[in-house]
Amino acid sequence: MSEPVISIEHLSKRYVLGHQAANGDGLRHALENLLLAPGQWLTRRRERRQAAHEEFWALKDVSFEIQQGDVVGIIGRNGAGKSTLLKILSRITEPTRGRIAIEGRVASLLEVGTGFHQELTGRENIFLNGAILGMSKAEIKRKFDEIVAFSEVEQFLDTPVKRYSSGMYVRLAFAVAAHLEPEILIVDEVLAVGDAAFQKKCLGKIQDVSSRGRTVLFVSHSMPTILRLCKRVILLQRGAVAGDGPAEEMTRKYLSSGTDRAAERVWADRDKAPGDDVARLHSVRVRNAQGAVTESIDISEPFEIEVEYWNLQERLKPTVSIHFINEDGVLLFVTNDFVNPQWWSSARRPGLVRSRCLVPAHLLAEGQFFILAALCSYNPDRLHALERDVVCFQTVDQHDLDRVREKYTRVWPGALRPRLEWKVEEIQR
Amino acid sequence: MARLIIEAGRTERQYWRDLWRYRELFAFLAWRDLLIRYKQTAVGVAWAVLRPFLTMLALTLVMKVSKLKGDGASPVPLFVFSAMLPWQFFSTALSESGTSLITNSNLISKVYFPRLVVPASSVITSFVDFLIAAVFMAGLMIWYHFAPPWSVAALPIFVLLTFGASFGVGLWIAALMVKYRDFRFVVPFLVQFGLYAAPVFVMTRDIPEKWRLAYSLNPVVGIIDGFRWCVLGGANGLYWPGQVASLAGVAVLIVTGLWYFRKTERSFADII
Repeated sequence: MSEPVISIEHLSKRYVLGHQAANGDGLRHALENLLLAPGQWLTRRRERRQAAHEEFWALKDVSFEIQQGDVVGIIGRNGAGKSTLLKILSRITEPTRGRIAIEGRVASLLEVGTGFHQELTGRENIFLNGAILGMSKAEIKRKFDEIVAFSEVEQFLDTPVKRYSSGMYVRLAFAVAAHLEPEILIVDEVLAVGDAAFQKKCLGKIQDVSSRGRTVLFVSHSMPTILRLCKRVILLQRGAVAGDGPAEEMTRKYLSSGTDRAAERVWADRDKAPGDDVARLHSVRVRNAQGAVTESIDISEPFEIEVEYWNLQERLKPTVSIHFINEDGVLLFVTNDFVNPQWWSSARRPGLVRSRCLVPAHLLAEGQFFILAALCSYNPDRLHALERDVVCFQTVDQHDLDRVREKYTRVWPGALRPRLEWKVEEIQR
Repeated sequence: MARLIIEAGRTERQYWRDLWRYRELFAFLAWRDLLIRYKQTAVGVAWAVLRPFLTMLALTLVMKVSKLKGDGASPVPLFVFSAMLPWQFFSTALSESGTSLITNSNLISKVYFPRLVVPASSVITSFVDFLIAAVFMAGLMIWYHFAPPWSVAALPIFVLLTFGASFGVGLWIAALMVKYRDFRFVVPFLVQFGLYAAPVFVMTRDIPEKWRLAYSLNPVVGIIDGFRWCVLGGANGLYWPGQVASLAGVAVLIVTGLWYFRKTERSFADII
């Protein structure tokens, strides 16, 4: 067993909620009290201090160790403390309690293109961003050509990045970060941007980094990416470590946390459910042809994704959008309930709405699928809620008759497996 | 291999070493601010001259109309400009460094570096403007055939003092603005009002004797007096108690500014 490169002992981070509330009128309060009622100053102050006592522990007694060369995934729902953990590890914020010992140079990538300036050219931004990420000028100069080659934006090096397409922007930003060569790399959800080809390149780069004995700490909401990159996964729940082990086991635990099954997600408390003042999610389920909630779907039977949400107003028309994502992280297709013209044209009333998306038989291939569910309205375009990997399910092909594969039993490639009509005739004898 | 310990309150010990390590970032940030300062402006860097020039014209007009004589010896535009020069440097430097943390909030919340780098580098940007305006001042003196006295050699001391004063105030404002955005409104007011509180139209010696020392507690007073003495000399003799008060004021500003900045710095990322 090698020495741990990161060891975290009893790490806790407290945020004072009253702090934030007092933010807006803090100074006014302070001045008013001082000017209008100097006598009350002391008493008021005490009151405020009491109000500020609403505490929130973003991390509670977190301890773990990471060995040299490990690629460790960190997963957890929103608010589980992932970002706080990364921020403490990257020294952006201080822990309230506990201790971390890190051996080696750390580079953290909490965002792609931090410090990029719209008015500066690509060339200038490479230097600026490199310096912000902790590279020396000499180091950036040495790697400049490599960075440019990786980013594929040679022609636009002297164009201000505000004229870049978003794809070019992300490519350039990641290229700088990818050439950091730290001993420990901390990455937060940065691969959610960019096109599929580029994502692949980024993942390749991360794998490359880890294969050279570097340690990688990786936070993601994308279970497929986690499964592909990491062997070990740490699951955070409400600020504490809820699991630490092999990736498959932990992602499974993550997907099924909250409810018993990965195929069902229910938010019992409407006010805490994902959403805003227009619409909030209530539940998402995967149901088979018989209407039962299940994680296992037979490829030759239709099934449905059911989304229930609270519509809280009458003005906007929230619609349900779901994304089907396969285990390679490829977005297969997106569908939206506004294709139902009757529903789209009807008036909205506050209440609970159930939208069901009927998926025909013989559409998906075998494998694991993840659903992203979103509530949005159009004109004006607004996103009310978005949940990644909200439910997941497995499709199985039972190798009977009446399948796409018929009697073929070996691997059938492809992300989809539609049963298409074939016309066959002899045209010459 | 470098070993790093992260603990509550631990940053103190590594801070000054880190500050040295991040000196290149300091240079890069200053370089960035210089690059973008006059991008997409028609006259570009000329603004650095135009701004003090136009203010000088206006103030000269004010002085002529209200029949103020300045020091009685040097031409009125020179009298005004020798005060505008440090005042512009001081006011832009303090407003730039005061807002610097807010304008760089995306950096603060996503990357680690000693936060002092940010307000410090924005003072540098204003210094470049100051240099350009100083060249303009030299031109103005040639135009008026006004030879600077020997005391011009002491000018760097007062430039340094201006640096210190604006950095000290900038630190206070930057740190306070993270928590109280009110200072975004306070700063322009401060700068506008400060022009009248500073001895731009008058000289410190015109202030009644019994108020003079109190007036000099404003560090800018000593700085402007010093500039005038350096550039125009002659009638602009130094008021020594005022100079000492000003020096002490700057020292207090820097020390307390650093203290408050360091004290609040660790929570910047949480509340910005």
